[in-house]
Amino acid sequence: MKTILWRKKASDKSQNWINFDQSLRLKSGSKEDQIQALSMMLKIRIVENKLAENRKSGIIGGPVHLGAGQEAIAVGISKHLRKSDRVFSGHRSHAHLLALGTEPRRLFAEVLGKHSGLTKGMGGSMHLWDGPNGFYGSVPIVGGTVPLAVGAALASKFQGKGGISVAYFGDGAIEEGVVHESLNLARQLQVPILFVCENNLFSSHMHISQRQPLTSVARFALANDIQYEMIDGNNIVSVEESAKKLIQIARRDNLPVFIEAVTYRHYGHVDWREDIDVGVNRSPEDLKLWKSRDPIDRLETALLSNRLLDKDELKQLKLQISNQIDNEWDLAIQDPPVETSSLLSDVLRR
Amino acid sequence: MSKLPTTSYGVAIREAFSYLLNNYPEVFIIGQGLWSPWYVGNSMTDLDKEFGIKRVIDTPVSESACTGAAIGAALAGMKPIMVHPRMDFMLYAMDAIVNQAAKWSSMMAGQAHAGVTIRSIINRGGEQGAQHSQALHSWFVHIPGLRVVMPYSVSDARDLLIASVLCGDPVIYIDDRWLYSNEEVLQPIVELDLKSQGPKVIKDGTDITLVSAGFSTQLALEAAEKLNTQNISAEVIDVRVLSPLSPKIILDSVRKTGRLVAIDGGWGPAGFSSEIITIVTESIEPKLLKSSPKRVTLPFAPAPAAANLERIYYPTSDDVARSAVNAVRR
Repeated sequence: MKTILWRKKASDKSQNWINFDQSLRLKSGSKEDQIQALSMMLKIRIVENKLAENRKSGIIGGPVHLGAGQEAIAVGISKHLRKSDRVFSGHRSHAHLLALGTEPRRLFAEVLGKHSGLTKGMGGSMHLWDGPNGFYGSVPIVGGTVPLAVGAALASKFQGKGGISVAYFGDGAIEEGVVHESLNLARQLQVPILFVCENNLFSSHMHISQRQPLTSVARFALANDIQYEMIDGNNIVSVEESAKKLIQIARRDNLPVFIEAVTYRHYGHVDWREDIDVGVNRSPEDLKLWKSRDPIDRLETALLSNRLLDKDELKQLKLQISNQIDNEWDLAIQDPPVETSSLLSDVLRR
Repeated sequence: MSKLPTTSYGVAIREAFSYLLNNYPEVFIIGQGLWSPWYVGNSMTDLDKEFGIKRVIDTPVSESACTGAAIGAALAGMKPIMVHPRMDFMLYAMDAIVNQAAKWSSMMAGQAHAGVTIRSIINRGGEQGAQHSQALHSWFVHIPGLRVVMPYSVSDARDLLIASVLCGDPVIYIDDRWLYSNEEVLQPIVELDLKSQGPKVIKDGTDITLVSAGFSTQLALEAAEKLNTQNISAEVIDVRVLSPLSPKIILDSVRKTGRLVAIDGGWGPAGFSSEIITIVTESIEPKLLKSSPKRVTLPFAPAPAAANLERIYYPTSDDVARSAVNAVRR
């Protein structure tokens, strides 16, 4: 697959494609907003790379599912969320969490099994929680949190404060029956939820073309009468625009909405490897092509060409974020491990 | 003096719902058949009309998503009650119950709790066959992070449902349609703390201990009457809260009687009756046991549909009494 083009709609036979190679058209928003988005994407990327490196060296003992390459989706969506919204995710959730403002140190500590971690060392990378920032939980049972997010949205509707849920999941999860039940239920109950399918084309080792008759998943939103958009998930401008529009509908009308954001992960399914040839259709050429569509590079290029940032400023920004994350890692690694009493203390409510 | 009015088991459950909906705005009920008189006997009659269809939600045929949604709503501060009109149908929801609700508190280090009550009805007999009959309480007792409640008495049907919804943990509350016409004079509602509830001696005896829960407790009580006519004094313990199990009352009783029959409306292997026998044999000196512990369970086969097979499939109080007599007069 040298080039990957996309129909806007699964049923659309016309030449209505997403162009994954177009340069970003920066529109509204202040310079500060744009730089904030870039900073957040850089922060996520550097965190993921840090985790990859330390998993490879063996300092991290458990699996990490890294989202490098997919940062624009979480950053673009989170821009339109409130602290009182409720975000749920799956195994590849670090970006969704960090984009809400969680300190990397607490994620690092969790991955390292430290008491200072997000779930006090009880969850590890695959079971994360940061309620005060709106992150209601991620778990690795594929599709497992999707109905939970629907229920949290139902709670938001009862509570009447304009809150919404976000359910992040992947193209693999859409193959789970419970996700279809959840789409139907959300529409039938009319609850405010944004479903976000990050279609990175792979479920573990399997390319979507080996798992589904069509490579777009938004057809399932259509089937459930849920308003949806299919977008280039590596284009922060597209993500922000779609998220803004659809989140407004969810909040205002108490309705589910759906974004299919097409993207690609730089690392393989789990840990630091690239998984070349583990799955069919994941060739070095494909990886190279998708890296040329890197969401961070594209925003940097747009900021530089629009003279919102110069090269020195960019260099400075990267250095500053990188130093900060090194520092947070160093702090996390010195934190004490999870307490042995934690094994039994929270099985039931104390 | 006029006789005090009684309440049936089914109506007592409805009273619990009504109490919860009246007193706790965060309570809502979701499940299949809640707007229909067909599915849940007289245990929820017209709740939808009294409290509105926004708080008493009949659903699409989606046990998995609905149970997950109830859990998600609990994580977001509600006190939902998920109703499965038959336990068999709930199996589609096992991920939500076992992987999500049960583990949430521990995984998230006690920072969030899936305080959802999952009401599951055992509805068997009547030639319904293998998929409209199961009593799977033992499965849930095996899972850390769940509380499992099986009321026998009419007052427990009401009061333990209220306690389940208010306790803040995920609770599997299991009631049995075969108990719905039992009647009792009920006292005014007093909220109980589920954590302090456990097995109860509901009939004193000295020769043998019968341990059971839910409908099996009815069999145990009937058997105790029959044993009485044979000069065997049976003590009956209604377990009420199967998990986490407080063993003390059971152990004290067996230390006294030296004999045990565990009665379970489910299957034997790795079942709740196995657990009762295990805690007894682990904790009581063999020399204190006057006979080996016994159990009365279903035959190890799916439930039949034909009436003549149903008659031999489900244990009766005669089966319980026979087992007890064998233990006493071995």
